[in-house]
Amino acid sequence: MITRRFLDFPDFGWKNPFEEMDRVRRYLDQVLGQADAGYRIPQAGVFPLVNLTETKENYILRAELPGVNAEALDIQATGRNINISGQRTIEPDPNARYHRRERESGRFSRALTLPGDIDREKIEAQLTNGVLTLTIPKSEKARPKQIQIKG
Amino acid sequence: MTNEAQSRDMQVKGKQEAAGAEQTRPGPVFIPSVDIFENENGITLMADMPGVATDDINIDVRENTLTLTGEIKPFENADETDILVEYETGQYYRQFTLPELVDQEKIDAQLKDGVLTLVLPKAEAAKPRKIEIKNN
Repeated sequence: MITRRFLDFPDFGWKNPFEEMDRVRRYLDQVLGQADAGYRIPQAGVFPLVNLTETKENYILRAELPGVNAEALDIQATGRNINISGQRTIEPDPNARYHRRERESGRFSRALTLPGDIDREKIEAQLTNGVLTLTIPKSEKARPKQIQIKG
Repeated sequence: MTNEAQSRDMQVKGKQEAAGAEQTRPGPVFIPSVDIFENENGITLMADMPGVATDDINIDVRENTLTLTGEIKPFENADETDILVEYETGQYYRQFTLPELVDQEKIDAQLKDGVLTLVLPKAEAAKPRKIEIKNN
């Protein structure tokens, strides 16, 4: 199943709001003996899903966008916010008989606030195999500093 | 109809995890979303497999069973710390039974922007043949 984990957002002081829910779910699964049977964390109708990580220098945002090419994507950075919007187009073949249609098309827009200040000028975006990777450098003052002990 | 479909806002459809799929490696197994359509020449299958490189897709056809597998190599480097995790990575797995009319030797596969397109041409014997009526 899909797990949506909110790890600590340092600046907001979030402490994984779903932890308790997850714990209850695990307990129920145990009792009912059917782990992960059709359970989904309700999703707020957002696309694409993103994963966000950080290193000392950068935030790294990855989004799965299969079938979306670079021209159909619009990425904007304002302050600490990143907005990814675009369109996934699937042209149905009018002469074909469809056996299955599971792939969706349409417009999407996703805004995300990063936990720290960023250097907007140096954001790099890469689209490989349907995965968008944004490398977002942290601004100088948001980076952790090594404090030297004198003496 | 097309326009109506295009102007709709996309809803997220999280990766569906396969139940009871055979696993050779640890980690979650996902069912890729597919479109399958048929025209005069053959069957086209399009599968969403984001994050899979060409080398990590395996297409296997035997005894009319088409098996798609794909492995997503982990993206994260060792020095990265998670902040927000909304999707997991692992393997894609899906199996289809092919109608016998497919020419298994001529299956064509292409991967673009994380979408795998398989063209399964119909065998000559299965193509409709127009019968000419002769005038005496």
